[in-house]
Amino acid sequence: MLPFAIKVSGLTKTYGVKPVLHGLDLEVKAGQRFVLFGGNGSGKTTLLKCLAGLARPDAGDVAIAGMDARRQGPEARRLIGVVTHQPLLYEDMTGLENLRFYGRMFQTPRLEERIQQVAAQLDAAPLLSARVRTLSHGMKKRLSLCRALLHNPPVLLLDEPETGLDEEALRLLDALLTSEEGRGRTVLMATHSLERGLALADSVGVLSGGRIAYQAEAKGLDVAGFRQTYHSYLGVGQ
Amino acid sequence: MKDFLLPILAIARKDVLLELRTKDVVTSVLMFALLAMITFNFAFDPSPAVVALVAPGILWVAFTFAGVLGFNRSFTLEKENGSLEGLLLCPVSRDVIYFGKLLGIFLFMMVMEAVLLPFFAVLYNLPALNLKLLLLSALATLGFSGVGALFSAMAVNTRSREIMLPVLLLPVASPVVIAAVESTRAILEGASWGEIGRWWGLVLAFDVLFLIISSFLFGSVLEE
Repeated sequence: MLPFAIKVSGLTKTYGVKPVLHGLDLEVKAGQRFVLFGGNGSGKTTLLKCLAGLARPDAGDVAIAGMDARRQGPEARRLIGVVTHQPLLYEDMTGLENLRFYGRMFQTPRLEERIQQVAAQLDAAPLLSARVRTLSHGMKKRLSLCRALLHNPPVLLLDEPETGLDEEALRLLDALLTSEEGRGRTVLMATHSLERGLALADSVGVLSGGRIAYQAEAKGLDVAGFRQTYHSYLGVGQ
Repeated sequence: MKDFLLPILAIARKDVLLELRTKDVVTSVLMFALLAMITFNFAFDPSPAVVALVAPGILWVAFTFAGVLGFNRSFTLEKENGSLEGLLLCPVSRDVIYFGKLLGIFLFMMVMEAVLLPFFAVLYNLPALNLKLLLLSALATLGFSGVGALFSAMAVNTRSREIMLPVLLLPVASPVVIAAVESTRAILEGASWGEIGRWWGLVLAFDVLFLIISSFLFGSVLEE
């Protein structure tokens, strides 16, 4: 087993003339839950997009479980499940049809069984028969989580997954991430919620100035102390 | 091979399912093409000499502009809720996504043409329902859709995509459209297979060229 499920070195990404990521290095051990904090526009989403193969880095290397995210794109993408701000679902298809489509694209074995299993884990079974267009934002997010978990990926990339989720859905997500099944999975989660992030994380990082400016083990960090550290990197008054 | 074909079929199947639900593409494209044919019918004196001269052009103007509408709609659907990103996250190479979208677009175009050709035959009193014209339509539509899928993917991320797509697409696709018009004229005049071979060769050559180049470029136009 490779020591690092995610390895990023010298990652640079510029949009127009604005550098968003600047020589970023990051290593996330296999099975670890790494929570990334950062202000708006700090580059959290850009980093996740580079990891997922949605954005082309200007420089640097990105590897998922030892596979180069660019040169071995399809193989690397098979290993990751991604939840972004948008649900990535087709509005005029039902939840079930959407999951079937993604299952076929990932060639998920025993697809129907797996769909029911994932939907049950996230209490999304009642959403399967409804057209996505008729669902609320939070319901779409639940289906989006089902989509990301459908092929049972060893690496999960979550971009503010709590947005739009109700308390029950959040509890289910947390349970899923910390369960026996979830414990073997590497998670990189970007969030603004310090409390949730610290509660779930094995280690945390703060993205500032296009780099991981701060990184620490989550064990032993308290919310108040970390908030001060976090704000100092954001340049926010205490 | 299975890893290549199954996702292509899954994407095309998804596009067909979405179309059956919404009927967005087929309805708008059919109505547009039909209105274009009727308008031209009124605009020109429908004498046999004039019809022989202008009808092939009218047919391909209707197909081409209706196709542009269809391409636009097909990729706009992918932008809703970031579904295009969902496709890009799948463990398939970008050319698989290209061929899947192309297959869906090609099927819609063929349905549209199958419905419109009888109308064209009746409206202009021409022997348009023959094997040669059907085969030519399929061949020219493949090349047109091939380059259309690439430019729709490019235009969908621009603010004025409805304008951008024809501006980008029509100059590049013109060799196929011109060859299709000339070949249609020859077919309607009763030319033999040998006489239309030159135009068919041109259409085929551009089909191959468009499909190869577009499948290579497709990935680059989609990534940020």
